Amino acid sequence: MKLAVWTYEGPPHVGAMRVATGMRDVHYVLHAPQGDTYADLLFTMIERRNSRPPVTYTTFQARDLGGDTAQRFQVAAREAFERHRPKAMLVGASCTGELIQDDPGGLAQALDLPIPVIALELPSYQKKENWGAAETFYQLVRHLSPPVVAPKASNAQRPSCNLLGPTALGFRHRDDVSEIRDLLLALGIEVSVVAPRDASVSDLQRLGDASFNVLLYPETGLQAAQWLERRYGQRYTRSIPIGLEGTLRFIDEVLALAALPKDPLRVAQLQAQARAQWYARSVDSNYLHGKRVYVFGDATHALAAARVAHEEIGLTVVGLGSYSREFARELRSLAAELGIEALITDDYLEVERQIAALEPELVLGTQMERHIAKRLRIPCAVISAPVHVQDYPARYAPQMGFEGCNVLFDTWIHPLMMGLEEHLLGMFREDFEFHDAAGASHLGGAAAQPMLDGAAAQPALGGASAQPMLDAAAAQPKAEPPLAGAAPPSTPRHCSWHPDAERELGKIPFFVRGRARRNTERFAHERGLGLITVDTLYDAKAHFGR
Amino acid sequence: MNAAERLDGGAHAPSACNAEQVSVVPLRERGQHEVFCGLTGIMWLHRRIQDAFFLIVGSRTCAHLMQSAAGVMIFAEPRFATAIIEERDLAGLADANEELDRVVGELLARRPEIRLLFLVGSCPSEVIKLDLARAAARLAQTHAPAVRVLAYSGSGIETTFTQGEDACLAALVPTLAARPRTGRPHLLIAGTLADVVEDQVRRNLGLLGIEDVEFLPARSSRHMPSVGPDTRILLAQPFLGETLRLLQARGAQHRPSLFPIGVEGSRAWYEAAADLFAVDAARRRAVLNPLGERAKRALEHHREVLQGKSLFLFPDSQLEPVLARFLQRELGMQLIEVGTPYLHQAIMSPELALLASGTALRGAAPHPGPALPGASALLSEGQDLERQLARCLARRPDLVVCGLGLANPLEAQGIATKWSIELIFTPIQGFEQCGDLAELFARPLRRRSRLQPVPAREEVVVMQRRVAA
Repeated sequence: MKLAVWTYEGPPHVGAMRVATGMRDVHYVLHAPQGDTYADLLFTMIERRNSRPPVTYTTFQARDLGGDTAQRFQVAAREAFERHRPKAMLVGASCTGELIQDDPGGLAQALDLPIPVIALELPSYQKKENWGAAETFYQLVRHLSPPVVAPKASNAQRPSCNLLGPTALGFRHRDDVSEIRDLLLALGIEVSVVAPRDASVSDLQRLGDASFNVLLYPETGLQAAQWLERRYGQRYTRSIPIGLEGTLRFIDEVLALAALPKDPLRVAQLQAQARAQWYARSVDSNYLHGKRVYVFGDATHALAAARVAHEEIGLTVVGLGSYSREFARELRSLAAELGIEALITDDYLEVERQIAALEPELVLGTQMERHIAKRLRIPCAVISAPVHVQDYPARYAPQMGFEGCNVLFDTWIHPLMMGLEEHLLGMFREDFEFHDAAGASHLGGAAAQPMLDGAAAQPALGGASAQPMLDAAAAQPKAEPPLAGAAPPSTPRHCSWHPDAERELGKIPFFVRGRARRNTERFAHERGLGLITVDTLYDAKAHFGR
Repeated sequence: MNAAERLDGGAHAPSACNAEQVSVVPLRERGQHEVFCGLTGIMWLHRRIQDAFFLIVGSRTCAHLMQSAAGVMIFAEPRFATAIIEERDLAGLADANEELDRVVGELLARRPEIRLLFLVGSCPSEVIKLDLARAAARLAQTHAPAVRVLAYSGSGIETTFTQGEDACLAALVPTLAARPRTGRPHLLIAGTLADVVEDQVRRNLGLLGIEDVEFLPARSSRHMPSVGPDTRILLAQPFLGETLRLLQARGAQHRPSLFPIGVEGSRAWYEAAADLFAVDAARRRAVLNPLGERAKRALEHHREVLQGKSLFLFPDSQLEPVLARFLQRELGMQLIEVGTPYLHQAIMSPELALLASGTALRGAAPHPGPALPGASALLSEGQDLERQLARCLARRPDLVVCGLGLANPLEAQGIATKWSIELIFTPIQGFEQCGDLAELFARPLRRRSRLQPVPAREEVVVMQRRVAA
């Protein structure tokens, strides 16, 4: 048993729903009790879909157990077929359905429906949502692809590819597909099928027509891409077109796979859409330099975000993590390049502890990290699922391709305080309207009120009562104990602060104050100083200055 | 007699509980349900009982439900969590019990302020027959006296949405202190109310001279009510059948009444309390008439929008017959179908009597001849989602009350909807909330009249074809 407050991924059958709902003419009959229907609202509310997911829940109850649950399944499957007339049917069980062992696959076969029926074995007590999506997509592809593809005349003229991996409820999949399709077209490559999102059963049957596959999201598409390579000899892309460098690498890779020559002028023209490159070089962005950023998400987005943050915006990645265990090796390797250690976990509390301890200036994470960051008063942008309704914007906002570069720059930078504002806050710390507790003006200062650090609000009082910022955050009514203990265990707490030094510390902006306090204490401890004076503070600053 | 006249019953409007027992056999359906399971009740219960923690013993699905269903992540840290059953727990039950003990130990170490822990059963824990009642007894010994441990089931194979609260409160009833007999009545109001509503109720009852009032659940586990033969129960929520049965088994007497929804319901509910405490007619008039008058004024504004509009309620919280009675009688809406996940005939009897007096209720019995729109309403229990949706779409109601999974798909078909979950998550009971409650239903209609309609999908297809041609 595992204690979980929040989870990054749902159960595997929700992954299967993401595939079925993304497709046009597949129906999923799920052997499940009534409560599992909550999953519909992920699609109709969070993603704002205008139709119900194509899922029938058998809704067995306690009184059916040991009785006619199998028959209920057959009735539900037959009625679903007659009502919805899908071109293929997925059948399976949710976590509870799995326990009653009714064998949905066998029961559905016995119905002898005139369409392909694909049984899903999704072990709910071992696997999770992304695995479920990948497995479902793979099973669909495996069952629906013909063994041999008839050669098509059109293949010879223009190279074509499939886009694999986008699903319903994916983070920006809608816009990424559009962006990458346009990019490929501009390079002279046709997109044959996008799957599973927006694909029909007949689309899956012609996946083999394409020259190669573009694997947009390895979390959901890798198994299918590997299988297609084995069956049809189709190769698939390894690079992810996120960020300028990522997109350029991707262009080189697809051109090679399509056996097309590279036209540098054409690529330069396309690249000009990525204004982010110039934005990052404009003087205003100097204030971004070396800002400490924490990155967490699914593997694809976390890896890409860490690279972009480091190479293209000039931030310092102080933490990198992911809940996608399957890609732990890639994450560890990039983290090592960045001189840090990757955190591979699906324990939200562990991520929270790490963020609190590292005190980053920006968090790039999921909906979960947004909540952590909000509580710790750290600016945050969402880069990965799990997501909330506000992460499905009405506007075009891809993460991938050249327009994606612009979207990343804007969405990551906007939560940060702009350069001069940050300086002025530093210069006039005791201005009654402009003190740091008022927060950044563009975020609406009033919202930050309850987070007041005693020392920040009244620096003149100073004294031993001043607490590091993090403790103030932890003292909120419902914050949990681990926050208070979030400081690295090595931090000595027994140095005492001279009131003048304490006052001086209060003049340091709140978002670096906790770190300044710890560094100073560490500095004093290492030198055996019992009392921290104003001089100690500045000595430590000189010592640790970056 | 129009709705306004009907409400002018004055202090001695006939109490609904005196009306003859109305028995309507609803259309009972058993197909796909589109409702939450009882675990969802934790979303409000964990805020209500402030020193309680709810530990679901279930699967990843349960945890995912809890964080998805109501967007509850606004809370710094919820007082609920899931002990997720894993593959190795399924190997042997002894192991699962040890695991549970370990998880509870971890949890209580993290949250030392917790005084009451609920182990909440789920579909998987029920199917593998993990005995949480026994586990609770064992853990209660381990962690006594600091923490009490109780168990109930919120599983979707046994409970629907609000039945989770019933199961939770039913688990509390045996732990309530015994109240010695004094001969003076003591009022127990059962069912979670918003804090603001509870305060209003306490104030209004105080004006009636009724001071000896307790609420179940209380805001803290240390202030739970006591119960005994002097206890008189008024239900604030209709979904508490099992809780009521257990309270009655402890000697408490139930006073049936309309539920405190709308002017009429609120009036009847306070009258019921006044009856129990023999409050004289003059005092009732003095206290309740002004409250009723003000509430009626608050409804006027919304009646303009809702009068004559047709309404279809999908099953969700068991509040549906109560809401239908209010919307039909006080706001003049035409009922098409009133769906409820479960119909507790005894508790609902006063409501059904009034509902049936305002509209012809149809149920399981075949309806003779073609139904005239608005002339009669179908009362249905349980659900067969596809059939119910077909009935709904065939009638194209002006307003549909439904769950979150159905709302946007119906809106996309041009049908206005009201999320039913909002009726559980907002204060709607009592005189003071009548206007707010009516506003919840009027808002989608007002909004539609202000915004340009989105072209229906079929129209877009036609336009696309025209452009392509």
